[in-house]
Amino acid sequence: MSIPDHHTHYVAPFDADVSFDELPDAPPSQAYWPSITGWIGIVITCFWLFIALLGPWLAPYGENDLPFPDDYSEFQKPKEGAFLGTDVEDRDVASRVMYGAGRTIGIAVAATCLAYFVGVVLGIGAAVSGPRVDMVLSRINDAFLSLPTIMLGLVVVAAVGSSITVLILTAGFIYASVVYRLARAIGMEIMVMDYVEAARVRGEGRWWIITREIWPNARMPLITDFGLRLIYVILFISSLSFLGLGIQPPQSDWGSMVRENLGALQYGESQLSVIAPALAIATLTVSINLIVDDISAHGGGKLSKRM
Amino acid sequence: MAKDTQTPEVIFEAEDLCISAVREDGTDLPIVKDVSFQVHKGEVVALIGESGSGKTTISLSALGYCKPGLTFASGEARLLGRNIAGLSTDELRPARGINVAYLAQSAAATFNPSIRINEQVTEAPVLHGTKTQEEANKKALDLYHALDLPDPETIGERYPHQVSGGQLQRLMAAMALCGDPDLLVLDEPTTALDVTTQIEVLKAFKKVIKDEGAAAIYVTHDLAVVAQIADYIVVLYNGEVKEAGPTDVIINDPQHPYTKRLMAAINPLPEESDAVEPHGHAAAIEVRNMDAGYGRLSNGEPAAMILRDINVTIPKRKTIGVIGESGCGKSTLARVMAGLLPQHSGEVLLDGVALSPRLEDRGKEELRKVQFVYQMADTALNPRQRIKDILGRPLTFYHGLRGKARTKRVLELLEMVELPPPFADRYPHELSGGQKQRVNLARALAAEPEVVLCDEVTSALDTIVAANVIDLLTRLQDETGVSFVFISHDLSTVASFSDEVVVLYAGRVAEIGKVSEILSPPFHPYTRLLISSVPEPRIGWLEETTESQAQKAGLASGVELRQTGCPFVSRCPVAIQGT
Amino acid sequence: MLALILKRLGIGVITVLAVSVIIFFGTKILPGDAAQIRLGQEATEANVAAMRERLGLDKSYLQQYLNWLGNFVRGDLGVSLASDTPIMNLISDRYQNTLYVAVLTAAIGVPISLTLGILAAMFPGTLYDRILTFVSVSLVAAPEFFTATILVLLMVFVLGIGNAVVVGSADGKNIFQLIAHFALPITTLSFVIASQLIRMSRAAVLNVMSSPYIEMAILKGVPRRRIILRHALLNAIGPIVNVVALNLAYLVTGVVVVEVYFGYPGLATLIVQAVQTRDFVLIQGLGMIFCMTYVLLMLIADIAAITSNPRLRHPK
Repeated sequence: MSIPDHHTHYVAPFDADVSFDELPDAPPSQAYWPSITGWIGIVITCFWLFIALLGPWLAPYGENDLPFPDDYSEFQKPKEGAFLGTDVEDRDVASRVMYGAGRTIGIAVAATCLAYFVGVVLGIGAAVSGPRVDMVLSRINDAFLSLPTIMLGLVVVAAVGSSITVLILTAGFIYASVVYRLARAIGMEIMVMDYVEAARVRGEGRWWIITREIWPNARMPLITDFGLRLIYVILFISSLSFLGLGIQPPQSDWGSMVRENLGALQYGESQLSVIAPALAIATLTVSINLIVDDISAHGGGKLSKRM
Repeated sequence: MAKDTQTPEVIFEAEDLCISAVREDGTDLPIVKDVSFQVHKGEVVALIGESGSGKTTISLSALGYCKPGLTFASGEARLLGRNIAGLSTDELRPARGINVAYLAQSAAATFNPSIRINEQVTEAPVLHGTKTQEEANKKALDLYHALDLPDPETIGERYPHQVSGGQLQRLMAAMALCGDPDLLVLDEPTTALDVTTQIEVLKAFKKVIKDEGAAAIYVTHDLAVVAQIADYIVVLYNGEVKEAGPTDVIINDPQHPYTKRLMAAINPLPEESDAVEPHGHAAAIEVRNMDAGYGRLSNGEPAAMILRDINVTIPKRKTIGVIGESGCGKSTLARVMAGLLPQHSGEVLLDGVALSPRLEDRGKEELRKVQFVYQMADTALNPRQRIKDILGRPLTFYHGLRGKARTKRVLELLEMVELPPPFADRYPHELSGGQKQRVNLARALAAEPEVVLCDEVTSALDTIVAANVIDLLTRLQDETGVSFVFISHDLSTVASFSDEVVVLYAGRVAEIGKVSEILSPPFHPYTRLLISSVPEPRIGWLEETTESQAQKAGLASGVELRQTGCPFVSRCPVAIQGT
Repeated sequence: MLALILKRLGIGVITVLAVSVIIFFGTKILPGDAAQIRLGQEATEANVAAMRERLGLDKSYLQQYLNWLGNFVRGDLGVSLASDTPIMNLISDRYQNTLYVAVLTAAIGVPISLTLGILAAMFPGTLYDRILTFVSVSLVAAPEFFTATILVLLMVFVLGIGNAVVVGSADGKNIFQLIAHFALPITTLSFVIASQLIRMSRAAVLNVMSSPYIEMAILKGVPRRRIILRHALLNAIGPIVNVVALNLAYLVTGVVVVEVYFGYPGLATLIVQAVQTRDFVLIQGLGMIFCMTYVLLMLIADIAAITSNPRLRHPK
């Protein structure tokens, strides 16, 4: 085709029957399929969930059993019968990691669910309830958010002592304030949408608006954020346990295992008793993060900015 | 316009230019297909097309630039004889800002908010070393004068957010012209402006392009605008050239069916109609002595009073157009009628009975009779509901329809708005913009209302699609006997299908009456300004209209909200000074 | 803008007051009596009552709170229940350690992370960017003690330098000796904040770099250096300060874990001991110090966000 000299009139060949329809909008985005890093995250996370559920049955020894009753030396190197060696009290590190998995993950999941229940109910509630309720809830929430989480945890543990129930409730309520802020922001974003206003003009009640207009649209971002929040709760609980303020002996989770075996770094024969639980937490949280990052990269990467 | 035709010097030419989008899976999606055209010295060539036609992408190729995600596939884009398609940024840098300059659609976004205007305007020539800072400053000052900017001596010292949108748009022209470019690329530079502002900016652009002797590529979707400014027109559809030629040929004698469709979609202002509209229809909605505004009450009034002393009657089976510039309160009027904003005083009557100001206090029947249709179908339809649920809900809610009866009625509604039955199972994002707007309308009709409030329902649509929606509205009124309140900033659209028009200015009714009355003398001076601002697709219209007194006065100042008296007085050409 | 900043400062003061209420009454609801704890289980009832009077515990909670707050403002944090010494004395030996580590981490970790993050934003999609993003995505989710363990293994066991714990006193050391002394805690904390800082500063700069006015600068033929230094950085500086302040606030948590891990005496180890011994007076005082630091940094973050808005900086 030569360059048409537009000083003369150029008309493209056409078929008189062809109608010029509106050009289609951009095609809908493809369904999510994990990338390689996403798959790595999924595999490792599933591995730890499996251990968490079946740990006590898979573990070769009981949590506080001594595999080598005749040998009193602590921090032994891996050997037949204890492939990760032994810890400060000569217990099997591998078995204890398996027992700890259930406790760390179980507490974290329970606390995150609690945080989500409280945070989402109040957050969406504040978004639809008008400025006065929102004002009161949000100011209280701001006060809690302006404290470092670990300090709140310390104050609560100092006040009522530490147990699994206290840990779940503390972590649940502390992180409920973060979830509240997110759920409220998402709720507010949806509340100003014309389709919500259309429902209000139609005369729909508040319940319909929450369950049919807001929730279906708030669901996806909240579920993705659940993974992120789970990471922070795991880190929070592990940190408390590491400081000796979380799970108390004779029970243990991964955080408290790191603490009780810290001595291995200075004078142990094997450092695996510290490395194994620390690595367990890191692989779990990092793999969850890989999944979250993968999903949010697919959805435009908004979530990763919120971290 | 025949300047330099004897020795045509080609500034830019595209030859078989192809540009593709790179998909995630690595395959290419062609956006621009074998496009060829030339721009000669001193010419303005318009690229015209609807969204998705590739016009912006083509225009950016004149700067050797592709938006992220796009790539030059084949063909050449020659600027001053050099192929610049696919060159690196470093290779292109010397040409950009000096040989070719760009004007974007939104000046508000393209000015750096943290840098003073003058530095940004003079940046290109100073950095390229073609002018010293003093020379560039002088050139900028000349351009500020030429562009009719207020306070030309000091405006450059301001930051971008400290000047108005129309001024910023002109300052962007100064920024582009400061480096004395051979070619200007203008991408929809007046689309975001109010109709009365558009005129002055258009006029300023035309003047400086002529004065500077630059060639230009003008991108727009608006044939009427193109007729004023372009020497040659290239019509694009789906990334392909459909027709090209001198402006008068394309405007007066289009050959390609697509160009004909584009021309047909423009609604000319109707000539004085002699059809006598019978009065005496019963009122569906009546607004009496209504004041409304936003914000906390202070001195017994809302902090921001938007509407004052509004009296409007919407007769049954009629369409009332509400027209005005942005900020005049036309959407607020609809929101008061719908109950979304309780009025401050006065009342709204439905079938002669006063409606409660607050939505929550209105009964189901009252709500059913007044339906609201939003401008943006994208946000008005819940993305997580299928079309059948969106249309079905009002059926269940107002009429108690369920099961088969409901499904049947949903299909009837789809047929009414000319959508095929399988659409019932789709989600909104699987529809195009025009289709979504049809669903949006169908949802309002599902309630079997008396009045439908249409808030700028065609503004976000392409010209042809908008024309189709207007046709649909006219048909639906005949079939269902519903009344429409049609709110728009576009006088020609309103006039083309309304029975009566309400002209709002600064929150007050400037004029009200039948279309034929409004469009014929004696005019309210503001209506005259509006009428004379609607671009007509004929050459020479811009010159004529800017001669008129109404224009000159109207351009002088902005909207002023006043508590008493006519708010238009500061812009009014017939106002007597000092009274 | 000044009004906005003043308003934000006002909110900051109210927040500190709210924090003091939470901390004071949070430690008050617990069972146990400060006088009893201080005197031990064998104390006679008369002695306990006398002690209660001396400590002001016989007054109303509100009065106790106001007394405590008044004393706090004057710099009197009360007397530790566990060791019967004024808290100011307990702190004075330790606050230096915490301060050194925090300040040195900020001074070393922040500039390095910002440089890495901004570089990644300037070359998005390159191998460098992708590796950095992957590493920071991984590190951001790892607990502090994992990072610390890796560092100890690497430094002590592989390279054979340093010690797994911080030993000795920091007194009388110059800045280089201090860095060497606290090498492992500083490195650990730097890694912890680096992962966040890199991600967030990258996102902040990328956000500015993808704005239409940067595209306009490119189309004007503005050189790359100038686009970054004049057009982008000017607008990114506010968000970056915001990010830095937020991450320094996060150091408060990191410091607690790191001090315990490396076993050197600082304020954070003190508060952990206080919780274990239920020394409420000490918890109140230290809790206030930590929370006020946190609130102050959050305040700086907010004010940075306000001042970065050119519309507020140059009003009409």
